[in-house]
Parts: sequence; C-alpha cells; structure tokens
Amino acid sequence: MSSVTRRDVLRTLAAGAVGGSVLQVIPTKAAEYAHQAVKKEKAAAPAGKYTPKYFDAHQYETLTSLCDTIIPKDEKSGGAVEAGAPEFIDLLTSENEEFQVKLAGGLLWLDSHCADQYGKTYLECSPEQRKETLDLIAFRKNAKKDPSLSQGVAFFSLLRNMTCDGFYTSKIGIEDLQYIGNVPRGEWPGCPELPS
Amino acid sequence: MAQVNRSPKTYDVCIIGSGARGGIAAKILTEGGLDVVMLEAGPQVHPEKDFKMFMWPYDLPHRGVGVGGKAAENFGEFLAPNGAWQIEGEPYVSAPGSDFQWFRSRIVGGRTNHWGRIALRFAPVDFRSKTRDGLGDDWPIAYEDIAPYYDKVESYIGVFGSQENVDSAPNGIFLPPPKPRCHEILVKKACDKLNIACIPARLAILTKAHNGRLPCHYCGRCERGCTTASNFSSSQVLLPPAMATGKLTLITGAMAREVVVGKTGKAEAVSYIDKATKSEKRVYAKAVVVAASACESARLLLNSKSSLFPDGIANSSGTVGRYLTDSVGSDGWGEIPTLAKMPPHNHDGVGGMHLYMPWWKYDRKNDFPRGYHIEIWGGRNLPGAGMFHTLCREEEGYGASLKKRAREVYGTSVGFSGRGEMIPNPDTYCEIDPERVDQWGIPVLRFHFKWSEHEIRQAKDMQETFRSIVETMGGTYKRRTPIDGPNAFGIEAGGKIIHEVGTARMGDDPKTSVLNGYCQAHDVKNLFVTDGAPLVTNPDKNPTLTIMALSWRASDYLLQQAKNGSLS
Repeated sequence: MSSVTRRDVLRTLAAGAVGGSVLQVIPTKAAEYAHQAVKKEKAAAPAGKYTPKYFDAHQYETLTSLCDTIIPKDEKSGGAVEAGAPEFIDLLTSENEEFQVKLAGGLLWLDSHCADQYGKTYLECSPEQRKETLDLIAFRKNAKKDPSLSQGVAFFSLLRNMTCDGFYTSKIGIEDLQYIGNVPRGEWPGCPELPS
Repeated sequence: MAQVNRSPKTYDVCIIGSGARGGIAAKILTEGGLDVVMLEAGPQVHPEKDFKMFMWPYDLPHRGVGVGGKAAENFGEFLAPNGAWQIEGEPYVSAPGSDFQWFRSRIVGGRTNHWGRIALRFAPVDFRSKTRDGLGDDWPIAYEDIAPYYDKVESYIGVFGSQENVDSAPNGIFLPPPKPRCHEILVKKACDKLNIACIPARLAILTKAHNGRLPCHYCGRCERGCTTASNFSSSQVLLPPAMATGKLTLITGAMAREVVVGKTGKAEAVSYIDKATKSEKRVYAKAVVVAASACESARLLLNSKSSLFPDGIANSSGTVGRYLTDSVGSDGWGEIPTLAKMPPHNHDGVGGMHLYMPWWKYDRKNDFPRGYHIEIWGGRNLPGAGMFHTLCREEEGYGASLKKRAREVYGTSVGFSGRGEMIPNPDTYCEIDPERVDQWGIPVLRFHFKWSEHEIRQAKDMQETFRSIVETMGGTYKRRTPIDGPNAFGIEAGGKIIHEVGTARMGDDPKTSVLNGYCQAHDVKNLFVTDGAPLVTNPDKNPTLTIMALSWRASDYLLQQAKNGSLS
C-alpha cells in the first residue's frame, strides 16, 4: 500500500471507483462493479416508455395518476411520477403477492367506489370528484365515521407509503430534501455552527 | 451409511465459524504456528463487489428494499451480505407463547461484515454482579483477567473513544473520537442539564491510519461494509493475517453438523455437510474451537450425541442452551425544533453514533437490577425507503402539503436506543426441536423466551429517560408504547437486538456450567467454545469486544496447551 496514498484513494473514491480490500488498498472494482450493474439494468430496459411488469394498462394509468397526486411536481422539484415511483411500485408488486392483492384490489375498490358515487371510473372522474374521493380515503378518521371506507383507507395508506419510498429514494427526492453526503471526505469537521 | 469423505490429514485445530471469534482464534493460532482448518457455512465475501459503498438508492432497481420489498425487514439490500432473520431451508422454531428472532449471517466474516461496530468493555462490576445484587451468577474470571486482552483487541482492530473514568465504562486504548454531529451536541447539552453522562462513543472504526489500514472517509454507512477496511470486520482484518501465515485452510459452504468424539472421549473430528455437493464430509483435528455464534454453537453441541455424551457433547451439566439472554431493547424519538433551523450540511460522519450515554445510575437505587446504555441517532441522514412512513401515518393527507411537511421534518428527529442487561431466567433457553431438520438434515433449534419484570421495568425507565431528554431539548417526544403485553414500554422481541449469548456458559463448577474460564469444555479438554456462548452475564455493553477478548485469551491458552502436549 506504500505506493497508494490516502489522497489517491480519496480521489479515486470520489471519481467513483471504489478501493479494494483487506490490509492493502487496490483502488479499483467496487463502484466500477456497481455502475456496471446499474448500466446493465438500464440497458436491458428499452429506452422510452416503461412497460409495466404487473399492472394492466388501466391499472397502471390509475396508479400513475394517484402517485402524481400524492407527491406532485411543484416550483422546487418534480413529483413522484418524474421520480419513477410508478415503475418502482409496479416492480415490487410484480414480485410480492401481498402487494398484488392489496394494490390491484385497492385500485378496483377505487373504481367501484367511483362507479357507485359518480357512475364513472376514477380516471373518468372530474378533478373535483377525484379530490372528493381521495379526501375520504386519505384519513383514518373518515373510516371511523363510515366503515365502508376502511378498505379504501388501508389501500391509500399503503400506496402513500410506497409513493413516498419511490420518491424519496430517487435523485429528485433526495435533492428535494437537500441531503448532502454519501461521498468520501478527508476530514470530519463536525457540526457547522448551531443556531442559537 | 453413505460414504463419508474424510480429510487426508489431521489438523492441529478445527475452527467452526469465521466471524469475530473464529477470526481471532485463526489469527492467534496460526501465528503461533498451528495448522488450522476453518469451516464456514456460507460463501467467500468479495468486498469489492459485495459491499455497496457510495451507491444511491436509485442505483438499484429496488431502491434498497430488495425483491418484492422483502429485504426491508432484513435492514435493506444495502447491508453487507448475507444477514437475515430467516434463511431459506434453515428454519428455527419459537415454542408456543415465545417469540424469539434469530439473525444469522452465512458468509466469511459472518455478522462482522455489517455489525454496528460498537465496542464497549464490560466493567469490573459486571463480572461480580451476583455478589452485588444476588441475581444470576458471577463469572469465574475477573476484569483483571480479561483487561490485557481488551488492550490487545483494541490495539489490533482500532477503536475510537476517550478516557472518561466512568465506572460503568472502563478506559481503553483508543484512537481519537470524531467530533459530534449537530443533534448530538444538542443531546449532550440536555444530558448535562439532566446529569446524564454523555460521552464520545467507542466504535471499531479508524479515525487515523492503523496497522496498515486507511482511516475512515466518513461516508456514514459502515453497515454496507467498507472496501478500505476502515472499520473492523473479521473477513478484512483477522483472516488476512491468518491466511498470510500459510497455516490456515478455509473451507466455505461447510455446514458443521457434529463434533465427533473418539474412544478416549476427546473431540477428534468435525462432520459437516458440503453444501455444494450435499454430501457429508469429515475433517480431523487435535482440537476443536466452536465459534459459530452462541445459538448455532449450542445447536452443534446438542446435536453431537454419542454413547459417551448422550445429551450432546460437553453437556453433562445439562446447561447447553440454557441461560440464553439478549439485550433489553427499547427505542424512542422526538422532533427537535432547533434542528429545523440548521442549514443543509453533510451530517454523515462515521457509520454510527459519535456520542452515547453509558449507564449513569449505577450508584443509585433503581427499581430494576443492572442498567442500560443509550445510543443516539437522528439528523440529516441519507434518505431511504421507510423514512416518511411515520409522517404519513401521523399526518396523513397527500399532495403539496405532504411534500412540504416532509421537507420540514427531514433531519429534525433525534432518536434513542436503550440497550440493557437481561437477567438469565429458567423460561429462556434453546433446545433441539424433536421433529424438524433443516435442508441439510440437521435438527433445528426451538427457542423459549420470556422477559421478566426486571427487563420490563428497565424498558419503562428507558422510555421515561428518552422523553425527558427530548423535552429538555425543547422537542416533542413521539414514541407511544403500551404499558403491558409482549412489547410493553417498547421492549423488543427476544433476539431482535442480536446480542444473544450465554448458551454454553463458563463457570468453576462443572455441574452448573459448560466451560472453564478459558472457554475450554469441562467434559472435553480439547474442545473450546469462543463465541457469545461462554458469557455468564450479558451487561449493557454490546458483547462483541468482550467475546473477542475472551477468544484471544482462550486461543493463547489453547496454543500453550497444544505446545506442551496437554491436548493430545
């Protein structure tokens, strides 16, 4: 390791190639490997439109609309759709039977509810009708007053969690929170000045 | 019986397990000139591709939660491999009315690849607790016996900390500690007002170059594994020097099944399943060191039945599997308005807390025996899945207001984890399940677990302390816990803190203990158990450092015995 200085390693780490092993440092491979893995994933997916692995077209469109409403784009940053939350949720659902029942079933519950109320699917509803619907299932207290909403509340709660997961694990979401870090540093300076 | 594939040679020592304690034994014994074979149930670890240092959640299609979101319950897919609460094909059972969770890691280095690196010495009083309060048992050794080995382990692996002269947290050989993070400074200020000791943490992470290893680069994610080995793991710090001697043969994918006893009553071989070929193999050795983790080691001893040892090898006392304990664990958190005023800044630091609270009420009359320490977390961490589930549950709603609230609350929480001492009780133990085997044909463990009033009262005290710290910081305490039931005062299920120890305890009396003070079986003098199993008590100090010190001491003793011919 004599030929490799700490500065060299930090530089390589910062550049994205992560150092080697054990008692000696062989600055290569790790991030190289990580980047390759990601590249492979991306290459495997055809550019452009995402093809859902689990949801059908109508379900996926409804899911996308809901994600967009749960975390919308605003003046500071993109929303859950730009952050890839629908793709993330579809991928996990394709691999998890519990999510399949809860989310696909929940989407059907939503359409049935809208059919009862407005004679239309959720997507066909006006923005006001959609808001009226979500304002009911976005709060547990409504299910206490009207138990027929409890399944809708449970569905929305799961979807809200998963949408947040999709958004706040994306580059957009992490930047939205102004997280700074996950990089190698030569020194640890401690806390900048605390507000009084 | 199917043909058994025997090793062509007889090694000096066979070590079962490649974690912290197996690693220590391998280093000491090979450097002492012995010919050692090590069995590891998992595969080789490859830091350069297995450790996900610096990766972002969005670098992975599953964003860190794994296939179907199922890695989330195993601390996420960024954790260094291969730890899990459930291993496919290798079940364990909780007896009716018990809930015990067992985190296992089948890979070279075991759980040291991802552990919390908290490296605390037991205090002198911890070896004499029964003398003090009449509960449990005293150790057959004293602090003075193990102190030189704490020195050796700390000096070799590198531990940061500070000399504080606190009775419950002895001084050690420390690298300089890192400066505290913002939320930790605020916690310390509150603790000063409350007369709670709050001092630099003690973690096996390098703040300076040490023994040829580079210092920490402060990415804050030690649990992912460190490709520069700036934190301690057996795979990167203990096994390389053992390998360098040319005296260590490492066999991976080898699931130990039985310690085989010869005609003279000594251990003469270890039978294992070669996972790749699903065949039985046997390796011969003049001495056996079992270091498979406390419960796995108990399982191996109990499964090693012979006409000489019908209840399992080294189990004439009937205490193998008994005296099982885990740490008492209860967590809490609050929101701190002062933190909302902090500008965005890099808060990563080392992977773990920079400050902690050692047990500070040891000289007072408390309504529970023994004590606990408190770990601190919080602040502007790398976002990840699950970070806003609490916000979603508490505030509900959706849209612009939810997004705005996430921005507001991000980084403003401070959390606490109390980790306390459980007293062994007769309702808590592991045994061989009479019916089930795993996919290798090896009978599995059945766990019995019960918290007593001692532990419940301790958890209550933790919750009250967390609340008083948060409120002294001007914050709002957010944890709500039931006052009874299986999780009273937030107490975790047994095993969840992953400090399970005690299942082959040491003692002076062969009728009530399995091992002597050198981790050597009373019944079989060439058999040693050097993981968490020998611990007589499970103080409020994470056990890894002590287990390594005990393993080092046992290895020195074994080496000396081997050299003067006492083992053969």
